[in-house]
Amino acid sequence: MKDDSALSTFLLQLVFLSFVSIGGINAAVPELHRQVVETNRWLSEQQFTDFFAIANAAPGPNLLIVTLIGYQLGGFVGALAATASLCTPTCLLTYFVAHAWERFKDAPLRIAIQAGLVPVTVGLVAATAYLIARTADQNPAAIAISAATAALAYFTRVHPLWAFAAAAALGFAGLV
Amino acid sequence: MPESPLAAAKPPVPTLGELFHGFLAIALTGFGGVLPWARIELVEKRRWLSGEQFAGDLALAQFLPGPNIVNLSILIGARFHGPLGAIVCTLGLIGAPVALMIVCGALYSRYSDVVWLRGSLAGLGAAAAGLLISLAAKLALPLLHGRRAPSLVFALITFVAVALARVPLYWVVALLAPVSIAVFWWRAK
Repeated sequence: MKDDSALSTFLLQLVFLSFVSIGGINAAVPELHRQVVETNRWLSEQQFTDFFAIANAAPGPNLLIVTLIGYQLGGFVGALAATASLCTPTCLLTYFVAHAWERFKDAPLRIAIQAGLVPVTVGLVAATAYLIARTADQNPAAIAISAATAALAYFTRVHPLWAFAAAAALGFAGLV
Repeated sequence: MPESPLAAAKPPVPTLGELFHGFLAIALTGFGGVLPWARIELVEKRRWLSGEQFAGDLALAQFLPGPNIVNLSILIGARFHGPLGAIVCTLGLIGAPVALMIVCGALYSRYSDVVWLRGSLAGLGAAAAGLLISLAAKLALPLLHGRRAPSLVFALITFVAVALARVPLYWVVALLAPVSIAVFWWRAK
């Protein structure tokens, strides 16, 4: 699907999303899903979950899901433009806020802002987990993989990459 | 002027090329989340920052909106070489992964129906869901201790609004975040 109006709409959405993704890109996934899958139907549930999985399994930051969606909507240029649209606004903000932050290090309001945002971030990451699990966990084998990965990552210091490798191998063998 | 021992003990300022390589290394080793690798590379191996500096930069990077690790690369690059340093660090961090994703995107659009690839992606998706569940649990755990009832309520409202009611994120952040901040502000007094 190559659709210029879809790409430009998506790029604009990313600029806004950039400013409300408090707590990183995982907190922004529910909104990304709402716009890309539910409102505009640019991607199916399955494609969205696939892209999320690829971006997580690949080396590099999790924001790469946006690169994949950009590629789907506008090829090579779409991939680069989507990445830039998500990163540039907050990069500029970070650059200019850095100095002010040092100055207000111990200000009570700053501490309240930081503490107050934590619960919202927790709720958003939980929402992302729910949305991805809803599509990914459609059969007992998939549910078992999710549960095992969650337990491994929560209770041990084993690198999650091993869980990804094992899960991909099980899927490759036709067991998921 | 002869070099004093004090000046020699101070870690040298990394060049732009070194910054690029450092963040490239972080990106390429950082499977399943980059932040732990950033600490190892920047603090332990290259000693560009002290542990304390890293924690401070990370707090700001996580507090600001946007991808945390990208924000972190901006802060560190800017400290050493201003705007140019910030750009070089960010490109080092996301350049190679973005190129890899473009290759993955091209392969996906051609081969996503192939049976074994569908299977592998189904496995990866399930693992990614599991990793997210553990992340959500790790983040939520501190909210369960002590007098944190309001935190838990705000987290729950956010989850229900965003995951179940599918309220746009903008509304949730615009309405809920100020209330949550106000509660913490009032309790701190």
